[in-house]
Amino acid sequence: MIHARFQLERADFTLDVDTQLPAQGITALFGPSGSGKTTLLRCIAGLERAAGLLQVNGETWQDETTFLPAHRRPLGYVFQESSLFPHLSIRANLEYGYKRAADRRVQPEQVIEWLGLDKLIDRRYPDQLSGGERQRVAIGRALLTSPRILLMDEPLSSLDTASRQEILPFLERLHRELKIPVIYVSHALDEVARLADHLVLLQQGRVIAGGALGPTLSRLDLPTAHFDDAGVVIEAVVAHHDDAYHLTKLEFTGGNLWVGRVNQTTGSQVRARVLARDVSIATVMPQGSSISNILPANISEIQDEGPDKVLVRMTISDKQVLLSRITRRSRDLLCLTIGMEVFAQVKSVVLTT
Amino acid sequence: MEYSLSPADLSAIWLTLKLATVVTFILLLIGTPIAWWLARTGSRWRGAAGALVALPIVLPPTVIGFYLLLAMGPNGLIGQLTQSLGVGLLPFTFAGLVIASVFYSLPFVVQPLQNAFESIPERVLETAATLRASKPDTFFSVVLPLAKRGFISAAVLGFAHTVGEFGIVLMIGGNIPEQTRVVSVQIYDHVEAMEYAAAHGLSAGMLAFSFAVLLLLYTFNPTGKRK
Repeated sequence: MIHARFQLERADFTLDVDTQLPAQGITALFGPSGSGKTTLLRCIAGLERAAGLLQVNGETWQDETTFLPAHRRPLGYVFQESSLFPHLSIRANLEYGYKRAADRRVQPEQVIEWLGLDKLIDRRYPDQLSGGERQRVAIGRALLTSPRILLMDEPLSSLDTASRQEILPFLERLHRELKIPVIYVSHALDEVARLADHLVLLQQGRVIAGGALGPTLSRLDLPTAHFDDAGVVIEAVVAHHDDAYHLTKLEFTGGNLWVGRVNQTTGSQVRARVLARDVSIATVMPQGSSISNILPANISEIQDEGPDKVLVRMTISDKQVLLSRITRRSRDLLCLTIGMEVFAQVKSVVLTT
Repeated sequence: MEYSLSPADLSAIWLTLKLATVVTFILLLIGTPIAWWLARTGSRWRGAAGALVALPIVLPPTVIGFYLLLAMGPNGLIGQLTQSLGVGLLPFTFAGLVIASVFYSLPFVVQPLQNAFESIPERVLETAATLRASKPDTFFSVVLPLAKRGFISAAVLGFAHTVGEFGIVLMIGGNIPEQTRVVSVQIYDHVEAMEYAAAHGLSAGMLAFSFAVLLLLYTFNPTGKRK
C-alpha cells in the first residue's frame, strides 16, 4: 500500500492530496492537464519537494523529518519524452541504473528479451533510434534498477500512433510478467482502460475518486462516464473459436460476447471494452436483428447528459455493468425507469489485450 | 630576419607557460562550481554575481590590478591574511601574479562552462537521480561528458587569455626576471630598449600561438549549429 499525502503551493496551482494507492498492478492517475497528476508522480519520486507524507509498503520515504532524495528511493521512472543520455551507448544507457542499484533482481538479458531490444543494442547512440525505440530503452533502463515501484509519466504521449501501438503490448506484458506495481499517469481514457487495474481521478490538484478500474469507470457521478469514449471494461476468457465464421466467443461473469476472431488460445484472459455509445437498449428481446450480442440487463441508474442525451447504467450480473448512451427521446418513448428489465444490444466490442 | 631567443626570452616563455598552466588549473577548479551555480540557481543574486564575474571583460586591467594591489598590500584584507599566515606579501611575486590572473581570466572560464551547463536540460539530471545516481555521481557521469566542449573552450580561453595579459602583470607582478617577467612584459622591455628584432621574435610567436589556439577552438568546437 502506498500512502501519499502532499500539499504543494504553486503560483497558479495547488496540489492537495491524501490518498492510498495499491502497491500492486497498474494504478492510473487520470485527469485533464493541470490536474496535478504529473506533480503527484514527481512528489512520489522525490523530484518535487512538497510538504507531506509518503509511505510505501510501510517504509517512510518522506514525513516531517525525513526526505529521502530521489536517488535513494527504490523506484523506476519513465518520463514523457525520451530521456536517454545522448553521450552513452544504448547498452550503457540500459545499464546506467543497473550498475548503481543495490538490488539486481532484474537482469539486462531479461529486459533485452522482454522489450525486444536485441536489435537495438548494437546501434550505438540514442539519436539513431526512433521515438518508440528510445522509449522502450528508457523503460528497460528503469526496470533494470529492479524498482519496487515503477512510475510512468505519460510514456506514450509524445509518440505517434504507430509507436504507441508498438509499445502498448510491452506494457501489458510487463504488467503480467513482472510483478512490479506501476503508477501510470495518463490523460487518454483508452490507454487507461487498456492498462490499468486501479483508477485514481484528479481534478485541480485534488483526488476526486479512486477505486478498481471497472466500478470506477461505470460511476455516472464521475467525469470519466461522460467522455465521448466512455464505457466499461469486461474481463473475459476466450471460450471458443468459430473457424467457419472467423469469430471468437468470450465468456465473463454474467454472459458472453461474440467478437471477431481473437489471436489467443482458449482459456486466455482478455480485456474487452464496451463503449456507452455502442450499446443500445430494447425493452423486448429483439427479433431479426443483425446484432449478435444481446444481453439481458437491469437498469440501475439514468442520468441526463446534455439537452438531448441520457446515460443509462445497467446491471448484467452482480459483477458486471454496462453503460449506454441514448437520446432523451428514446428514454421517454421506451419509458425506461430504474429497475426495469431490458435487453442491451452491444454493437461493437473493443478488445484491448 | 634572423633572431634566436635569448636566455631571458626563454625564461619569460617558460614563466608564461607556467603561469597560464597554474591559473587554468585553479580556474577550472573554482570556475566550475561558480558556473554551475550561475547556470542552475533561481536566486535573486544571480544577476549580481554574473555581473561581478564578467567585470574583468570590461574593466581596464589597471583598475583590477590597482585594487588587487591595495588588497594584497600590507593594509589590505588579502595582505593581512597572507602576513598572518606567514607567507608575507604577495605583490611582485609569482603567487601574487597567479591570484591576479585568476581574477582577470575568471569570466573566460566561467562563461563557456555556464553556457555548457545551461544547455543540459533539467530532465537529464532528474533522470540520473531516478537511476540511483547521487549529485556528485551525476556530475561526473553525465554533466562532465555532456559539457566536455564547454570545458575545452574554458580551458583554452583561460589559458590563452592568461598568456595574453599585460596590464595586470605590470601592476601586480612588476618586471622581475624569472618571477614575474612574462612574455608580454619581455616584449615591452625589448621595445623600450629599441630591440625590434627581439620584440618581433616574441611577438610573432605570440601571434602564431594565439591564432593556432583560436583556430583549434573554432574548428573543433564550433559554437554554431551542430553537425
